[in-house]
Amino acid sequence: MNGQQKTQERYEIRFSGSGGQGLITAAVVFAEAVGVYDGKYVCQTQSYGPEARGGKSKAEVVISSRPIDYPKALELDLLLAMNQAACDAYFYDLKQNGLLVVDSGLVEQHPTSRIIAIPFTDIAKEEIGRKLVANMVALGAVGLLSGQVNLDNLEKALLARVPKGTEEMNSRALQRGIEEARKINLDDLPRSVISDDYDEV
Amino acid sequence: MSEPTKQRHLLQGNEAIVEGALTAGCRFFAGYPITPASEIAEQLSIKLPAVNGTFIQMEDEIASIGAIIGASLAGVKSMTATSGPGFSLMQENLGFACVAEVPCVIVNVMRGGPSTGLPTSPAQGDVQMARWGTHGDHSIVVLAVSTVMDSFTITVKAFNIAEKYRVPVILLSDEVVAHTRECVELPDTSEIKVVDRIRPSVPPDWYKPYEGDARGVAPMAAFGDGYRHHVTGLIHDVMGFPTQKPGEVEEFHLRQTKKITRGFPDIQMTKGYFLDDAETFVIAYGAVARSALRAVQDAREAGIKVGLLQLITLFPFPRRTVAPLLGQCRSVLIPEMNLGQMSREIQRVNQGSCNVVKYNRIDGKFITPREIYGQLIKL
Repeated sequence: MNGQQKTQERYEIRFSGSGGQGLITAAVVFAEAVGVYDGKYVCQTQSYGPEARGGKSKAEVVISSRPIDYPKALELDLLLAMNQAACDAYFYDLKQNGLLVVDSGLVEQHPTSRIIAIPFTDIAKEEIGRKLVANMVALGAVGLLSGQVNLDNLEKALLARVPKGTEEMNSRALQRGIEEARKINLDDLPRSVISDDYDEV
Repeated sequence: MSEPTKQRHLLQGNEAIVEGALTAGCRFFAGYPITPASEIAEQLSIKLPAVNGTFIQMEDEIASIGAIIGASLAGVKSMTATSGPGFSLMQENLGFACVAEVPCVIVNVMRGGPSTGLPTSPAQGDVQMARWGTHGDHSIVVLAVSTVMDSFTITVKAFNIAEKYRVPVILLSDEVVAHTRECVELPDTSEIKVVDRIRPSVPPDWYKPYEGDARGVAPMAAFGDGYRHHVTGLIHDVMGFPTQKPGEVEEFHLRQTKKITRGFPDIQMTKGYFLDDAETFVIAYGAVARSALRAVQDAREAGIKVGLLQLITLFPFPRRTVAPLLGQCRSVLIPEMNLGQMSREIQRVNQGSCNVVKYNRIDGKFITPREIYGQLIKL
């Protein structure tokens, strides 16, 4: 099936890691920013086991300028992996020119050189003071790197979702993520996750 | 928030069912929490009291449906929501609602079964149960939703059908639709058609609570309105009293069937995509209809003349729409997250005119467009 053509109108992101890392929250905020504030079509889905914490957790956001039929990801444009298990399990769902974004403190073995590694959890712990907001640091980075969302709207959506009293901390976390991502030059990355000289058809 | 505005909202399917119910005038909910339907109860526990409605968490699902039947008899539009295990428990009282012609909406967000099965996985295994779960010949309406917007509009429609025909309506959702968040613009309440049950216009002494009008539907007095009447699960005469007279028993059953048969054009809902010149087509419902639409669009791009018929009304089975397509097309593919519960209906109507191909998944996984596409190119 002509995969390339069909998915061009769609942009697909997966937030993955373990239960309790706040990945579903991050995906919901992203979806709200894109859908409610930016006015695009969006579908947000998740899957998780019956346990409250631990276990695999993944949340997806599909963005499109047209109504979305299949609500889940077909081929990922961006994969955020917040632990090694998620990186190993989902790496193969990435498009050849997709972006792999990992928490460099938690993902040590890189499946490809086309990778963006940022220490989200360390930044959250050391600079913001709460390990808990690592998901928001990552959200900021994903927001910028994907190029799919207005970053002001992302912050608005975030502030509307987080508990009262935590706005400042969350917004600082988001901004730090955006800052870190700005340091990345996407053109410097190898062109494909499969090989460096992959020719786009 | 209980009065939907034209703003954009990011809602889960379950939340959209809540908005639909409130818009349709639902003011009573009784239920027992269960994955993947719990968000419906959770939201209604907040939103119903805000509009002077009533929310009760019952001790189980048997009591839940009992409570909504009672509330509906008192004149209040009522709903419960559950998943397979709870829906099993509701079957006896569902039959009571059928016999006593009590309008109500029962949402079943399907998960893997039988029994506690696969609580967090999608399935479509309750389709035939929704039709025939309660015993005896009975008329029932079963609707299936596939998007968040559907979850809103079809819930309103479910209440309208329940009120118009005095029947329980089963609304089937599934884990995928229930937990998918989508951005929707809810229409203004003034733009939505809301149907209320017909109340008696005669003086109380003349009231015959089970005498059908021209459509076969009897006007319904609320308890407390001053219209004394008897409600029973026994087959009853027009006054509501038990009868075993063959003529009255037959008339009772025939009226119940006819009121639905006469409503076919109103009740039977489907959506067609690319059907005009289709040589083969897919019939799908619920979340799987979304996978099918993707696959059909991909196939069209590849030059394959394929269409999609999405069933919104599963029962009464929309034969008038399906049968002509079976005559027109060479093959039909029926993907389902069960072992072929709707495909039996299609085979029954088909009578050999079209090649019927099933595609089934029962491993707790959602059917992907790629799988359907793979089947389509073989047709």
